[in-house]
Amino acid sequence: MNQSIITVEGLTKAYQVGAKEEVPDTLMGAMKSVVTAPVRNWRQLRSMDTGGLATATKPNHVAMSEEPRMLWALNDVSFNVDRGDVVGIIGRNGAGKSTLLKVLSRITEPTGGRAVIRGRISSLLEVGTGFHPELTGRENVYMNGTILGMTKREIDCKFDEIVEFSGVEKFLDTPTKRYSSGMQVRLAFAVAAHLEPEILVIDEVLAVGDMEFQTKCLGKMKDVARGGRTVLFVSHNVGAIEQLCSRVLVVDRGTIVCDDDVATGVAEYRERNTIARPQSDRLVPGLGDSTVFQSAAVVDDLGQVCSSVKVGGRLNVRINIHSPDSVLNPTFGIGIDDMLGQRVLSLHSSANAPPMRTLDGPAEVTMTVPVLPLAPGNYVVKLSLDVAGSEIDYVNDAVRFTIDDGDMFQQGRTFHRGMCVAASSWVAAEAA
Amino acid sequence: MSIATPLTTAAAGPDVAAAGPDVAAGGSTRRPAMDSQTPTKPTLRPFVIQPRSGLQIVDLRELYAYRDLFRFLIWRQIKVRYAQSAIGIGWAVIQPLFSMIVFTIIFGRLAGLDSADAPYALFSMAALLPWTYFSNAVTDGVMSLVSEANMLRKVYFPRLLLPLSAVAAKLVDLAIAATLMTLLLVIYRQPPTATIFCLPLAIGSMIVAAAGVSVWLTALAVQYRDIKHALAFLMQLAMYASPVVYSTDIIPSSYRWVYAINPMVGVIETFRASILSSQPMPWDLLLIGTTGGVGLLLTGLMFFRSKEKIFADVA
Repeated sequence: MNQSIITVEGLTKAYQVGAKEEVPDTLMGAMKSVVTAPVRNWRQLRSMDTGGLATATKPNHVAMSEEPRMLWALNDVSFNVDRGDVVGIIGRNGAGKSTLLKVLSRITEPTGGRAVIRGRISSLLEVGTGFHPELTGRENVYMNGTILGMTKREIDCKFDEIVEFSGVEKFLDTPTKRYSSGMQVRLAFAVAAHLEPEILVIDEVLAVGDMEFQTKCLGKMKDVARGGRTVLFVSHNVGAIEQLCSRVLVVDRGTIVCDDDVATGVAEYRERNTIARPQSDRLVPGLGDSTVFQSAAVVDDLGQVCSSVKVGGRLNVRINIHSPDSVLNPTFGIGIDDMLGQRVLSLHSSANAPPMRTLDGPAEVTMTVPVLPLAPGNYVVKLSLDVAGSEIDYVNDAVRFTIDDGDMFQQGRTFHRGMCVAASSWVAAEAA
Repeated sequence: MSIATPLTTAAAGPDVAAAGPDVAAGGSTRRPAMDSQTPTKPTLRPFVIQPRSGLQIVDLRELYAYRDLFRFLIWRQIKVRYAQSAIGIGWAVIQPLFSMIVFTIIFGRLAGLDSADAPYALFSMAALLPWTYFSNAVTDGVMSLVSEANMLRKVYFPRLLLPLSAVAAKLVDLAIAATLMTLLLVIYRQPPTATIFCLPLAIGSMIVAAAGVSVWLTALAVQYRDIKHALAFLMQLAMYASPVVYSTDIIPSSYRWVYAINPMVGVIETFRASILSSQPMPWDLLLIGTTGGVGLLLTGLMFFRSKEKIFADVA
């Protein structure tokens, strides 16, 4: 009983990264390349099989080995999971989280190392795998269920439950191609929700769909976690991890950099989160008339560079400037765009503060928003400097930061939906 | 299971506990039976994930555990193939029927090929039954993995089920085409004789041959899409390398055994001999062909197994 349900030892997975196309620059070269293409292509196709790779070439703590075309998606990963653990796996895109899940769910074979699994495992990397648009809802339930590892008898037993959960009773004998995408997802999730493995492996792709569906997913996962089952859960959603998990693995460049309780793990992840680029030095000349901005950073209240802000929290942006000439009554502008390039907030020093004094030489400007009214997500900060109505300097993509989900107003709930957040008070009175 | 006895009990622990609410909901009697049917039950033994090496043929126990999926994959192929088509399952008849008509006109009448004392229409139809099956089963099998690439990347199941289900699903088409054969026999007043009881042997050999070729080509096709492009062409060539439009009698007898290594030679000639009984049963061809087919299938399974692990990465 005290044996771990999952033991992972030195797991390694290498992928072949596509080589750059060589473009011939002469007619002869082009002809030669056409003739030799089959051989070249064949070598490249063959090399996709990384199974026979000698472990001797395995690099230490780097994602890219000396062989530039080899990507080590997992590099010497080891950990144990005990029965009943709910483990969150976080890391930025491409860190190796999904590869880890794929190896554990046997979709792909590791290049080296091993994992021992002592229980029935089901993995949900996608809802609705095996759904065929021409089949009816009923047939797809059986199709999807058996692909996920259920037997026909098991599905027979749970069929009514599944249908009820999905809420598509009326359309059971309609081909799923006539379903709305929402109905398809609901039916698919209903099947997945009725799997009863000892170990459940879930990828963040479950976070597709509307907010209602996500809430439902999260609720179901909470039930699973409380039911004493072992869960491995990959997500970008720090809020969900905090709610669900008892332990966090932080994956970065193919290695596990932190294996600890949720608070420590999430803190580690935030520190490494490179979606946010909390600090930057000026690399390109300004778009304005002269170069004044030197660097910028998102900082916490103690002046430490940080990459994320809690929803409804305080945002501090520190800007370092240096101007050869004195800047007379400058007006600083900070624009905050979402990742789609949509401006969500514009802040100007002229609007919020008394005119700034004349700046001469190097200086540091700090802008603070006490309660940042933006929804969780990733944002880009843009800088501008105006003097007497004309733009002196402009930085298009100065820094990036993340707003994390959290219990913003201590109401015991996380951000729900929308683009901004606000505190509100409600009064009910008897109508006259 | 002996190694894992203590473990199995441990593994069952939480599951039983988790079944609590279910029991209350009235599932108590079904529950134990259900668990014994659990497809991944074998993995209650500690399952080790590590790079495989060496040659393995096939994990029969795993295939058996996924038998329900196999059934549904077959059902899905049958159901989906003729969905939203006017003639539907009639296509299974049209393909051999029209080939037979064209062959009878061109090879039977115009070229005057020998048809071993049987009407050429019957002679070619008896060959087209297994040939159409073989060619379609291989084509579908090869396409199955490429077209289900998304499934391969998202969930584990024995990949072998995909080409094998295509090979199995095509038996339905064969059965439908067989009604056409029956009709022709009635029209030509050729009642089958006792030799018809040899037909199952030919069918068995045919399935083995189709599965063997299909497994080989599927494993190659996932990595090398060239197979996909070459397939229709290969099948056409293979038809002329098999006695579909002509009789094996035109092959010089000293080369007969070499020719018979093509497993479809024995299959087709046995089909003819069983259905038409106008020629003796070609036991030598069937034996050599079946041996070749079994060899093809076994090596194919090994090759498939060695390639299986990279399917998700390259598909």
